[in-house]
Parts: sequence; C-alpha cells; structure tokens
Amino acid sequence: MSATDRIQLEGVHLSFGDRTVYRGLDCGFPRGRISVLMGGSGAGKSTLLKLVAGLLRPDRGRVLVVGEDITQLRERDLFRVRDRIGMLFQGGALLDAMSVFDNVALPLREHSRLSESEIAEEVERRLAAVGLPDTGSLMPRELSGGMLRRAALARAIVTDPEIVLCDEPFSGLDPVNVRRIENLLVELNQRLGLTLLVTSHHLSSSLRMADQIVFLIDGGAVSGTPAALLASQDARVREFMEAESAGEPAHHGAAATPGAAP
Amino acid sequence: MNALRTLGYRTLMLIVHLGRMAVFLAEIGKNGLRPPFRIRRLVGEIFDVGVLSLAIVCLSGATVGAVLGLQGYNTLTRFGAEGSLGAVVGLTLVRELGPVLTALLVTGRAGSAMAAEIASMVTTEQLDGLRMMSIDPIDFVVTPKAFAMLLVMPMLNALFVLFAFFGGYVIGVELLGVDGGTYVSSLEDSITFSDDVAGTLIKSVVFGALVGLIATYRGYNSEPTSAGVSAATTGTVVTASVSILIFDYVITALWGV
Repeated sequence: MSATDRIQLEGVHLSFGDRTVYRGLDCGFPRGRISVLMGGSGAGKSTLLKLVAGLLRPDRGRVLVVGEDITQLRERDLFRVRDRIGMLFQGGALLDAMSVFDNVALPLREHSRLSESEIAEEVERRLAAVGLPDTGSLMPRELSGGMLRRAALARAIVTDPEIVLCDEPFSGLDPVNVRRIENLLVELNQRLGLTLLVTSHHLSSSLRMADQIVFLIDGGAVSGTPAALLASQDARVREFMEAESAGEPAHHGAAATPGAAP
Repeated sequence: MNALRTLGYRTLMLIVHLGRMAVFLAEIGKNGLRPPFRIRRLVGEIFDVGVLSLAIVCLSGATVGAVLGLQGYNTLTRFGAEGSLGAVVGLTLVRELGPVLTALLVTGRAGSAMAAEIASMVTTEQLDGLRMMSIDPIDFVVTPKAFAMLLVMPMLNALFVLFAFFGGYVIGVELLGVDGGTYVSSLEDSITFSDDVAGTLIKSVVFGALVGLIATYRGYNSEPTSAGVSAATTGTVVTASVSILIFDYVITALWGV
C-alpha cells in the first residue's frame, strides 16, 4: 500500500457463516491504474469489489475509498462515495423493465440538471463509445452477452466516475468480445485516467491490460506487476498461473505463458 | 428443553421480522411523502396492479354475486322474505365479502407478481445496480409498488362489489323472478354510507397497505437465488392471505364494520 492508493483495504476480516473469505487482508489500488484481481473460485474477488462499493461490510478492518473509511458510513452517506464509483456487474444488472437508453440515462436523470435533449446526446455518445450506437431502443433481454456487458459499461461511466469496478467483464464472452471490452477498459483508463479494478479469470487479458495484479489466496493477497508475478517463486501463484494458462484457449496461449512478456 | 428453545428462537425471529417490517414501512412512508414523487412509476404500477387485475376482479365479483343471489333467494324463500334479497346481497358484499375477496384475489394475482419481480431484481443484482447509482431501491422500486397497491385496492373493491350487485340482480331478478324495484330499493335502504361504505373503505385501505407491505418486504429480503424468488412469492401469498383474515376480524371486532 502507498500514499497514492485510491482504494485501501486494511486488516479486513470477513466470513460467511463457517466460510472465512479474508483473514486480515491488506491491499491497495493506485490512482489512475488498472488493477486486476485474480484468484480461484471463492477466493473473494467479487466480494472485494462489493466491499469497495459499500454493498458489503467487513467483520473487522477498514476499507478506505478516496481516503474515507466507508465501513463507518450509513447507507445514505455511502451515496456520496458511490457518486465517484461506477460498477459493471457480472450479469450487467441493467433494469430489465427499461430500454438500454433509459438504463444509461437513469443516473443522469436522477443526479444531473441536464435537459432531456442533453441527456439524449450524452447517452448516445456513451453508447457509441462502447460500440453500441443505435441500440438505445432495445430492451436488455434483446442484447447478446457482449452487448449487455458493454451497455452496462456505458451506464457505469456515464457520470464520469473516478473509479470503475468491473466484475468478471470477460466471462462467457467469445474472443472477439473479450478483446473489444479489454480495449475499451484500457482506452477509458488512458483517456480519462480512471482507476480500474477488474476481477478476471482471463489470464491473457489480465496480463495485457493490468498495471497491477492482486492474487487473492488463503484469505490474503499477493500483489505486484504482471512481470513480477510471472517471475514469482510463490508456489501458490505459480500453480494458479500454470493452471490458468493451461486452461485458456489456444489463441491466447502465447500471451498467457508464464515467463513471457506481458 | 429443545422444543422450548425452538419456540423461543422462533418467537424472537418473529419479533425481529416484525421490527424490520416496521422500519421498512417507515422507509416507504418517508419516501412516499418527500420528493422526488415518482408519478410516472406510480402510474405504471397502478396499471400493473389495477388494470391487469380488472378481468379477474370483475369476473369473480359477478360470480360471487350470482352465488349470493341464488343462496340468498333459497334461504329467504323459506321465510317468505325474498324481497330482502337486495339487502342480504348488498350487506354481505359491502361489509365482508367485497374487501376480503378482492384482497385475496389481488394478493394472488398482483401481490405474488410484485414479490417475484423484486426478488428477481435481487437475484440479478439490479437493486445493487441502483445502489451503485446512488439510487435508493426502496424509493425507486418499492415505494411506487406499495403505494399503487394501497391506492388500487379500494377501487378494485368497489368494482368487485358493483359487479357482484349486478350478478345478484341477474340471478335474483332475471332468473328467479324477484321484483327488480324491490331488489334495488332493499339494497339502497340497507346500506348506509357512514357504517357500511366507510367500513368497506377502511378495510380495503388496510388490506391494500398490508398486501403492498408484505409483497415488497418479502421480495426485497429474499435470498438471491431462484429458490429465493419462489419462497418470496409463496411467502407473500400465505402471509398476506392469513394477515387479511386476521385483520378482517380485528377491524370487525373493534369497529363493528
């Protein structure tokens, strides 16, 4: 952890019944960088995003978002912090009773003083930015998995948040859509300086896009640059990397080989 | 000892749930009384709860009225009092059957749908999505639904009673030969606004609030799984139906309506 970290978790403990997820987890996520959270199923990747978003509270420990300990905030006060965060949920979480346009327009209608024509302009601009022009009138159920994920990303960034949390943005997508979303996230980070936290099982994409990778293992975290983690002597990290690279599709194999340049 | 412990645990859980429900109700009330007033969403919910329940309520009303007309006629004939058929049908419907049956029908059709919709929003993280946009799901999703139920229930009750009067009239007058004028005047004379109509209004408003509260509470607090959606739906129908009958007794006993 360092002073430049936009998000910090300090001594976080969390259990669900008998299952312990974190045992004194400490980690930080630097401003304006892409951090990818990796780890096995049940390691607590999505849970960490929910802690940062204030959707879950730890049993013990502190979660600092832009310097503020959000574990102490009431639900209404959390809204102030969430105004600075956009979140892309794994299933998109678009409101299925509303069109794509209305979904993306919703945060602007609720929190901005923009006129309806300005909102329309902004929504179209965001939808075009994620490669979905002219889809505003569609309902979420009419979108494919990749389109749904991109529409949800448009909604997550429409209010220009400082931090964007992405929960498994690549899962269940074909290679073309994986690459498309990966490029989108990198572009957003470079163009707008967003701090991005991405959970992923997708090793090759993670290695390409990440400034920092955080491995969640045994209730704690091991973090470093992709190159440092590829060279890691930690048996748990190596085992995970090897298993993941072996399980990835052939066309990603070159980038996913441990030891190769990220 | 174990049975005692279980009983104690269940009692405590009941109290906890009632407490949470009271807080939930207070949140709904607070959101309903302060801006932003979500009129468009409220109108949409009124359509879902009210307009889409019209067919079942009107059809059931006419059928119940017809049965009451038939049963009432057969009973009253024994005493030579078939001229009071309008009064029997009217009083039974306005004071008791109208509000109770309407509430049970609306629970089955709209209350269960309301709980299922909110529960599936929990499962698909749509409510968390709203929270992440700094939008309170109780304000945005729950409050319009609960208020729609509250507003629509008295109107559906009125329609149920109207169609039941009509059903009773068709059977009593057209089929069994009771004089039409006698039927209507006996109905008019027996029903008073201050006692009967006000009573039915109180009951339907209370039932509307109950069904709205139970459906939204069960949906909102459901487990994020498909079994959770199912449990919320079933729980709503069972809890709301029993609550309607209990509250019906309490209101009748306390205020004699």
